[in-house]
Amino acid sequence: MTRTARRQMHLAAHFPGVNSTTVWQDPRSGSQIDFSSFEHLARTAERGLFDFFFLAEGLRLREHKGRIHDLDVVGRPESITVLSALAAVTERLGLAATVNATFNEPYELARRLSSLDHLSGGRAAWNVVTSSDAFTGENFRRGGYLDRADRYTRAAEFVATARELWDSWTPCGRARPFAHDGRHFSVAGEFDVRRSPQGHPVVIQAGDSDEGREFAASAADVVFTRHGTLESGRAFYADVKRRLAAYGRGPDELKIMPGVTFVLGDTAAEAQERAAEIRRQQVSPQNAILALEQVWGRDLSGYDPDGPLPDVDPDPGGELAQGRVRIGDPLAIAAQWRALAEAKGLSIRETVIETSGRQSFVGTPQEVAARMAEFVTREAADGFILVPHLTPGGLDDFVDRVVPLLQERGAFRTEYSGTTLRGHLGLPVPVWNSGRP
Amino acid sequence: MMHLAVAIDHPGTTDPRPYVHAARLAERGRLDFVTLGDAFGPRTPRESRIDALAVLARVAPATERIGLVPTVTTTHTEPFHVSSAVSTLDWVSRGRAGWAVDVSPGETAARLFGRRPAAPDDVLWREADAVADVVARLWDSWEDDAEIRDRATGRFIDRDKLHYVDFQGPGFRVRGPSIVPRPPQGRPVVVVDATAGPARGTAARRADVALVRIGSADDPQQLAAVRAELHDSARAHGRNPRHLRVLASVPVALHTAADAVALADLAGRWYEDGAVDGLHIRPEQPGRDLSLLVDGTVPVLQHRGLLRRFHPGGTLREHLGLPRPANRYAPARETA
Ligand SMILES: Cc1cc2nc3c(=O)[nH]c(=O)nc-3n(C[C@H](O)[C@H](O)[C@H](O)COP(=O)(O)O)c2cc1C
Repeated sequence: MTRTARRQMHLAAHFPGVNSTTVWQDPRSGSQIDFSSFEHLARTAERGLFDFFFLAEGLRLREHKGRIHDLDVVGRPESITVLSALAAVTERLGLAATVNATFNEPYELARRLSSLDHLSGGRAAWNVVTSSDAFTGENFRRGGYLDRADRYTRAAEFVATARELWDSWTPCGRARPFAHDGRHFSVAGEFDVRRSPQGHPVVIQAGDSDEGREFAASAADVVFTRHGTLESGRAFYADVKRRLAAYGRGPDELKIMPGVTFVLGDTAAEAQERAAEIRRQQVSPQNAILALEQVWGRDLSGYDPDGPLPDVDPDPGGELAQGRVRIGDPLAIAAQWRALAEAKGLSIRETVIETSGRQSFVGTPQEVAARMAEFVTREAADGFILVPHLTPGGLDDFVDRVVPLLQERGAFRTEYSGTTLRGHLGLPVPVWNSGRP
Repeated sequence: MMHLAVAIDHPGTTDPRPYVHAARLAERGRLDFVTLGDAFGPRTPRESRIDALAVLARVAPATERIGLVPTVTTTHTEPFHVSSAVSTLDWVSRGRAGWAVDVSPGETAARLFGRRPAAPDDVLWREADAVADVVARLWDSWEDDAEIRDRATGRFIDRDKLHYVDFQGPGFRVRGPSIVPRPPQGRPVVVVDATAGPARGTAARRADVALVRIGSADDPQQLAAVRAELHDSARAHGRNPRHLRVLASVPVALHTAADAVALADLAGRWYEDGAVDGLHIRPEQPGRDLSLLVDGTVPVLQHRGLLRRFHPGGTLREHLGLPRPANRYAPARETA
């Protein structure tokens, strides 16, 4: 066997919460806020020997047409606090919190992450996100807006500063003062949490622009990406890994993990049928009109979701959605949708269902396991962040039916070999940086 | 009944086990809550600590009844994050969270953040008061029944039951609503150390529990006076003074069973004199003092009928005999 064929994948579980893929209408759908839901998913992930459990973040409730978006799950707990509680009911599972680098300060966040690392015995990870718009800023002291370049220079300086704080305690437990004087942060004093089991909690980056990829190559341990198809995954993988050398890093020092969805069935046909049913649940009639309005930039509430697409053209200046990532050129998307609807005779809802993302892996457990392994051997991914569509049972089938097949193929671990998340990910222990020239 | 709380600070300890052990002991003693202090920067040079709210979140699944009250400071933190974190502690503990409000005075703490210069205590407490105000508003920014999961209309929430808080404080604004649904207690229990002047107004306006530090040899008449002042001031702010518990916060060192009984005597006397609603015990060494408190002091107070023998309720508000607050944003239908 070649080296790549034997490479084992990494798996993470994304809590299905505030997310347009989460199905809440299903009778099996449980609470998105009760601790029991988090506990169930985390324990399931640990039973499946996953690398980590992942929580997303949003610091302002999304809006549509000036009102709070009410069609998807709304409301979630604060990540680091939930993960600190989950540290009590899990033993090996990594615990990853998405926390914004724009609306936090290094001293406080570095100590919260270090605390989580202590409380979990070395299982903490930080997904550094940079979203920052004036809309979200209205909830915070600094307010305002940062453009993409500034967001990433702040994020990079934030991570560097956090690492200086973590390194201000030597591995043998001596504390020394720190001082950082930079463009975004000017801080000095003593860090008050001793070096944590991982030295540095694992750093994850999610962001796709050139600046985002460069930041990941320079500073992250894991990339969370939306490139979840084989083709775009391979291109993304090659691009990001190529950037590592400039920072003196090897290709194994940064793991690429696309966020992916899955649907299992006893037969391929049954899985396809289920997948279609889930997409119908995800795109309710009301959600179809909303998706349409987001492209069109206009109020289309008078249209019948089961009728044809509107004749009017999109308003390219229309800004209906707040707190969401902007989509591409609306005129081009509208043209594509019209062509598709015409060719297949689709209604508004059917068009939205057809154009909304297909589930990444649909099939029998054998098919899904084989396909996932193929992504890894063909260098489209080092592993996956699985996004189930149901809370809290959405991962049960995968763990019971797919994980054993991945293990049989030698594509996934059969036991945890270490206790820390760095250990699970095969990442080196960070070299202690004395901060002195 | 008397209320009893205990500080479980373990200076220098980053291992969760001593905190879990202490909280379980306090739970076995049927105490109302445990507190865990916090501040930015080491207490003494080169001493390690660990985020108090995170520790108590870690303790939550390992306990069932005991209230969990971390200190979270307001000077260098974001009011929006403070609100979310305390609310989340209430969710993970199923209604047992409190919040001990405190400020971060001094130039040393200011330099850790590099955002603003140090300010005098009265300025910091004016801000803390506003932060406590907006945090409570954010907890109310979702009505309890905002989540509807209405399949017919495709709506997960009734957005008319979510509210912008549009709060303007000294030097900060918060738009809202919270990202976290209203927590189990409606509002987690707010605790303020009212010993020093600048904090006392906030205790009267915002606290569910006020702590007053006093030595065990001091005259309890001082306590009665502070308690009366807090009650008057709460009344002047339109609050029902019966919804403000005043606890004497006492440092103790228990070496023998006799010490434990002496503490019970003291607690019983102060309580029966009407000086306080109970005690917040600050053990010199939690590892040593806590077992004597639970196995020595508590049974004596229970025997005298001053302390509960079991937790009749599940939430910290229930332990304290405090009602679940009505939501200020909900129309009368909810409070009726
Ligand atoms: C897979 C993925 C997950 C993300 N998750 C979050 C999140 O949970 N919270 C958040 O505020 N931003 C999230 N982001 C947004 C990024 O932080 C960033 O703001 C966004 O991708 C725009 O940056 P870019 O132009 O570099 O892609 C996510 C982005 C990606 C690609």
